[in-house]
Amino acid sequence: MRPEVPVAAIAHQADKLLSPDWAKVVEITPEAEGIATYWLELEDESLRQRYRFAHGQFNMLYIPGYGEAAISISSDPEKPDRIGHTIRFVGNVTRAVSRLKVADQVGLRGPFGTAWPIEQYKGRDVVLSAGGIGLAPLRPVIYEIYNHREDYGKVVILYGARTPKDLLYVNEFPVWEEKDIELMVTVDRADQDWTGQVGVVPMLFYRARFDTNNTVVFSCGPEIMMRFVVFEGLARRIPPEHIYLSLERNMKCGQGMCGHCQMGPFFICKDGPVYCYEELEPYFHLEDL
Amino acid sequence: MPDMKLTLNNEVVIQKSELDALLAAVRQQGYQTVGPVIKHEVLQYGPIEGISDLPQGYTSVQDAGSYRIKNTGHSRYFDITPGARTWKEYIYPPRKRLFTLSKENRHWERVKIEEEIPKYALVGVRPCELQAIGVLDAVLVRKDFTDPDYFARRSRLFILAVDCLHPGDTCFCASMGSGPEAGEGYDLKLTELDDCFLIRIGSDIGLAVMQELNWEPATAFCQQAAQRGLEHAARSMGRHIRDIESVPDAILDNLEHPHWIEVSARCMSCGNCTFVCPTCFCWDAVDEVSVTIKETSRYRVWDSCFNLAYSAQAGGNTRPSTKSRYRQWLSHKFGNWQKQFNVLGCVGCGRCITWCPAGIDVTEEVKVFQEVSS
Repeated sequence: MRPEVPVAAIAHQADKLLSPDWAKVVEITPEAEGIATYWLELEDESLRQRYRFAHGQFNMLYIPGYGEAAISISSDPEKPDRIGHTIRFVGNVTRAVSRLKVADQVGLRGPFGTAWPIEQYKGRDVVLSAGGIGLAPLRPVIYEIYNHREDYGKVVILYGARTPKDLLYVNEFPVWEEKDIELMVTVDRADQDWTGQVGVVPMLFYRARFDTNNTVVFSCGPEIMMRFVVFEGLARRIPPEHIYLSLERNMKCGQGMCGHCQMGPFFICKDGPVYCYEELEPYFHLEDL
Repeated sequence: MPDMKLTLNNEVVIQKSELDALLAAVRQQGYQTVGPVIKHEVLQYGPIEGISDLPQGYTSVQDAGSYRIKNTGHSRYFDITPGARTWKEYIYPPRKRLFTLSKENRHWERVKIEEEIPKYALVGVRPCELQAIGVLDAVLVRKDFTDPDYFARRSRLFILAVDCLHPGDTCFCASMGSGPEAGEGYDLKLTELDDCFLIRIGSDIGLAVMQELNWEPATAFCQQAAQRGLEHAARSMGRHIRDIESVPDAILDNLEHPHWIEVSARCMSCGNCTFVCPTCFCWDAVDEVSVTIKETSRYRVWDSCFNLAYSAQAGGNTRPSTKSRYRQWLSHKFGNWQKQFNVLGCVGCGRCITWCPAGIDVTEEVKVFQEVSS
């Protein structure tokens, strides 16, 4: 019962265990209060040229002395040399990220995880529904649609945030709308200047017009929001195999060996974070799984 | 030495005193010999030189939440069943430095560290523990990812397994199919009879070691004695789980059963069961910064699904209750582990029963779910 992997194949990796590559912060775009996008370039030239990622995958970003955090990639997969991460400063590591300046170093491992299967849905209608920072892992899909708009049917983004000040990528909204991407935005609490919707994201569903026989739904946000997105999607007769969710869990490795991100039989870091709802259905309703 | 050529899977007999020569021959092959030793009134694993270091005459008295060693003065060397420690610490260290970085001009440089990976000969690996190493192999040496540190340590191991003739009071390896006879994966396997050791050769290195020794062909009498001993051991297991094939579904079909609340009222969420478990593999990674802030080292340390921080994330804790954490542990070991790695996560060693301060007995908990689903 000795392990059957050729020694030579991994012997040279013995000191590579969980060891990051180095990237430089090349630009910081403030997005909202306590949220910014960090644009990173891998320092090593050949690594930078080889690096590729798919829509919805994530990297483990490492700040020496603080630790690692799993951060989804929010930039365009067609431009993999500049990797964007939209980060909310909320934990130990991400607060350390908030103190970084341009030209500072960040450790990077990745990309990890499954991707939104957007390219399988060419010619169909697409509904993207996001809550809060959940728009970040969907932005690569928006780039894909934006770059190849003629490949897709009707595209609707249903997006909500706590307050108008918490909305991400607001400068890009007009650019998206110019490309015939319909945008419906809601907030939990309005301020004096807000003239849009107030309420939760799933509520936007009934206003969206799309061909229910020919639509895919991608959703990322708080689990309670996604639960109702699934409910609304199924109510509109979108089959479970055309609903995809991206889940979040505590992650340490990205390779299904630290155990933290388990949910039922899944390691969210390698079997997810993007799941077809059909696959999740037996587990998604279980509390605190 | 008799005029017979030794080959793989041969069974031979050596005098007990010849074990010293056996260990010396193993060291000759470049291994450090580690084995069972009594320390702090508990059985642990540590460096051994020869037969005099072994816990001859000792036995352990174990029950849910209780462990005592007793010297009954018997003559056997490998009779005492394990304590809290596992061989896991030799192949998957509780604390391992991943790397050290030093900062110069806002730039992190990796500090070169020479680390030689030790070659251990594990002496006295019991059948359940041998199976546990096989379970760790399935988790950490996979097609899609292999832990290079584990692999390096694991592939340098020499394993001297021992059949378990006197299982302990919390043992249930016969139910899990991992004992009392040692399965595959050893270099040498030893069965301790009254006046000799019966030895079976499992690998080429094991063969090379045996060629150095004074051995005799095994007689049918010895082989029958070993067989009788193993049959008796299987009958005298302290604990049982019946119909193990039904367990994964019995648990996974009842994830919302009220019994989880009942058991969580007894569970203290201390994590003892996970740290004494020979197959629990979860870890955390932590940074330690030098006082000058110029240097930081990253370590991988064992973690437990019973720790609150284990499932903490920005959006809140995904397993905030003891109920959810105990359910994760039991349903992983006896259910989802099989879905993930095609093997159950439990080998029936009984440590989690013995070392649970609340005396929670997994065999009893599993039974409850079998009953409600039948």
